[in-house]
Amino acid sequence: MSSKKRVFKQDRDIQVILGTVLRTGVIFSMIIVFIGGIIYLLNSRTEIVDYSVFNLDETRFSSVVSVLSGLVQLNGRAIVQSGILLLIFTPVLRVAFSIFGFLIERDYLYVLIGTFVLAVILFSLSHKLVG
Amino acid sequence: MFWREIVRLFHKEMVYLWGMSVLLFTLIVLSGAFLAGFVGSLTGLGGGVIIIPLLTLVLKVDIHYAIGASIISVIATSSGSAAAYVKEGITNVRIGMFLEIATTISAVVGAVVAVFIDPNYIAVIFGLVLLFSAITMIRKKKDRSDADTSDQLAVFFKLNGSYPEGAEFKSYAVHHVAGGFLMMFVAGIVSGMLGIGSGALKVLAMDHIMKIPFKVSTTTSNFMMGVTGAASAVVYFHRGQIDPGIAMPVALGVLVGSTVGSGILMRVKTDRLKLVFAVVVIFLAGQMIYNGFIGTL
Repeated sequence: MSSKKRVFKQDRDIQVILGTVLRTGVIFSMIIVFIGGIIYLLNSRTEIVDYSVFNLDETRFSSVVSVLSGLVQLNGRAIVQSGILLLIFTPVLRVAFSIFGFLIERDYLYVLIGTFVLAVILFSLSHKLVG
Repeated sequence: MFWREIVRLFHKEMVYLWGMSVLLFTLIVLSGAFLAGFVGSLTGLGGGVIIIPLLTLVLKVDIHYAIGASIISVIATSSGSAAAYVKEGITNVRIGMFLEIATTISAVVGAVVAVFIDPNYIAVIFGLVLLFSAITMIRKKKDRSDADTSDQLAVFFKLNGSYPEGAEFKSYAVHHVAGGFLMMFVAGIVSGMLGIGSGALKVLAMDHIMKIPFKVSTTTSNFMMGVTGAASAVVYFHRGQIDPGIAMPVALGVLVGSTVGSGILMRVKTDRLKLVFAVVVIFLAGQMIYNGFIGTL
C-alpha cells in the first residue's frame, strides 16, 4: 500500500466517525424540535403571531437555564429550543472529536488548531457577547 | 420614518384581516422552508438566501429573527450532508480545520456587530451578497488545481492532499494560503452578520485564491459551515434572536427539503434550474436592496 493511500485511509476512518457524530446529532435534535413543535402548536395554534418588531425584552428561552426550567414544565417552545441547542452543539462536538482524532495521529499542530477553534466557540458561549 | 409607519400600519391591517395564527404561520414557513431547502440543495446555493427574503418581505418578520432562524437551518443542512460527503473521503479535514480559525472568529465578530447595524443596511448588504451568489452560481466552474507544492504555508500546515477519482488518487496542492485565509475571514463576517452559509464567498477563497479542486472545496466548505454557524448561533441565542416559533418550521422544512433535493441531485440536470433560480434570486436581491433603501425593513 502506497503511503498516500495509507494516509488517506487513516484520515477517512476519522472522517467516517465524524460523519456519524454529525448525522446522529442532527437526527436526534430534529426529533426533539419536531416533538416540541407539536406540543407548541397544540397549545397555541390559534394565537396571533407578530414578529414584526425585534424585542430585546421579550427574550424568553435565551439562556440554557431558562430552557432547562421550561423543559421541566414541558413547555413546547422550550422543548424546541433545547433541540436547537443540541443542534448547535453537534458541530462543536465534531470539533472535539477531530481533536481526539489528531491526537491519535500524533498531529500536534492540528490538536492545537482544533483546540483554538473549540476555544473560540466556547468563549462566545460562556460570555454574553450581546450589544 | 414615514414609510416605515405606513408599512407597519398596513401589516397591522393584514394581521387583522388574515388573522395570521401560529398554525397558519407555521404551515406557510414550513412549506417555504421546504422549497428553499429543496432548490437550495439542487443549485448549491443553500436555504438561507430564500428563507430570509420570505420571512422579511412576505411575512414581515423582523430581519433579526429571520437571521437567527436561518443560521439554524445552515447548521442542520451542513451537518446532515457532511456525513454523506466524508464517507466518499473527499473532504479535507485539515483545510477545513485550518480555515475554521478564520471563520469562527469572524463569525462571532459578525454576529456581535450585526445588532449595532440598522436593519435596513443589513438588508442592502444581504441583497448585494445575493447578487454575488447568483452570479457565482451561473458562472461555469473552472478547476484551477495543480500539484505544484511551492507554497510554504501549505506544506507547513499539511494542507496538500489527494482525493479518489475512479480507481486513481489525484494529488493537489494548495496555493496562496494567506490570501485564502483572509478571504475566509470576510466570508465568516458575512455569515455571522447575515445568518447564511456564504458559500459563494467561500468558493471565491478556496477555488479561485487557494486553487483547491472544486470537488474538495465544495465538500470542505460545507463541512465548515456547521462549525462557523455554531459560533455565531450561540451569540444569536443569547441575544434572543432565535425564536423557537420561527426556528422550528425553518429548520425542519429546510432540512427535509435539502435531504430530498440531494437525493435526486445525481439524477436531474440542474443547468436550466440554476438559470431560473438565478433570476428569482436577482429579483429577491433587488427587493431586499430596494426595501433597505426606502427603509421599510
